Amino acid sequence: MALKSLKKRNNSLANSKRQLEILSNGIFKSGELPTFKESVSSTNQFPIKSKPLEILQINLGYMCNQVCAHCHVDAGPDRQEIMTKETMQQCIDVIKKTSAHTLDLTGGAPEMNPNFEWFVEEASKVGIKDFIVRSNLTIITSNKKYNHLPEFFKKHNVHVVSSMPHWTQGKTDKQRGNGVFSKSIEALEMLNAVGYGMPNSKLKLDLVYNPSGAFLPGNQMGLETKFKKALKEDFNIKFHNLFAITNLPISRFLDYLIASENYEDYMTELVDAYNPEAVKNVMCTNTISVSWDGWLYDCDFNQMLNLKVASESKHISTFNEELLSNRTIITSQHCYGCTAGTGSSCQGAVV
Amino acid sequence: MSKTYYDPSDLRKFGKITDWSKDLGEKFFEYYGKVFEEGALTAREKSLIALAVAHTEQCPYCIDAYTKDGLQRGITKEEMMEAIHVGAAIKSGATLVHGVQMMNKVNKLDM
Repeated sequence: MALKSLKKRNNSLANSKRQLEILSNGIFKSGELPTFKESVSSTNQFPIKSKPLEILQINLGYMCNQVCAHCHVDAGPDRQEIMTKETMQQCIDVIKKTSAHTLDLTGGAPEMNPNFEWFVEEASKVGIKDFIVRSNLTIITSNKKYNHLPEFFKKHNVHVVSSMPHWTQGKTDKQRGNGVFSKSIEALEMLNAVGYGMPNSKLKLDLVYNPSGAFLPGNQMGLETKFKKALKEDFNIKFHNLFAITNLPISRFLDYLIASENYEDYMTELVDAYNPEAVKNVMCTNTISVSWDGWLYDCDFNQMLNLKVASESKHISTFNEELLSNRTIITSQHCYGCTAGTGSSCQGAVV
Repeated sequence: MSKTYYDPSDLRKFGKITDWSKDLGEKFFEYYGKVFEEGALTAREKSLIALAVAHTEQCPYCIDAYTKDGLQRGITKEEMMEAIHVGAAIKSGATLVHGVQMMNKVNKLDM
């Protein structure tokens, strides 16, 4: 597994334009597979329009303590893009006036932003209904300065959503790096110890599963049952829900698909599994994604492809919910990842 | 080699068998779908059985399909390999148990 980001390695796929070229050429240009626009048009759902805003997802920076093989952010320790306190303040100002009921902090490892705790304290004062932090778990045990995070999350009633690709060490470490499984288990034990994930606990702990290779996630409920049974029996760990998320063909996962000669088969599988019912509930229709430098996107994936919102309000400093409403969602072939089978979003399946 | 009997992309065309015999084809796929639903056995257990049989039948399409199906269900490579050994054990056992027939015949014919 590479220990550096694509960007650090000067890989051409670190360039979003190059990724978009790949996604538009080849099997899609030759007509072998329909483009996303063609598929959505065939079910009379094009263009996809945004609905009222429900989720504000803020990316606090691309720095991460892990270098996961599938990462769509191309995150890693060598990434320097970190949200400044000034931009954070602009986000707080927006959170105070937005109608969104969910605030979703992501990264990288959002906890590595030096102003992370200040931001959580300020944002929690606003009293948003569901306040999510996407934690990779290993950050909690990676350094003493992060050991108190479970208590900190509890104090601010943060909803913790954590990545866990499998209930076995082998598959987890292969995707996320050696030692990740045991560190994740330790972090889950720490979260359980303060009350996270317990049945009937208000301290919500959900896990995110994404496949460790070129295949789609299986049935979300079936995977949740297996995860719960295995983690309970092997480690006495408890959690609430499992979100099964499809890997989208961008960034490091796209690099993997091409290098392993799985790209065409994977895209064919996504296209074959296209589900118009999933289109109705794709997350880009009720989400705004804010990048570390304050730009606005329809989703985190469009952020990584540098596809900004089609609206006059393009930056957090000029955030205008009215202007953003009913906007046309920017799409390309990567969007097939969110409409395959039972669909995929940051909250798992959508159908 | 430009021509082979098996083409991986043919698996995607499996449903087309219905084109030339609609009624029978549809009945087969309805039955097939029903068999793999959650029942007295879990869908996960059925997937492992299918993988083992795919190997004993030496069907490349089925092997591709149920390997991927297993991965999607979170089935580990160790579980998949054990399932195949179950199939292999039955295959070899089925060969060897006929040795008794050979022994019976020898005992009857040989002085």
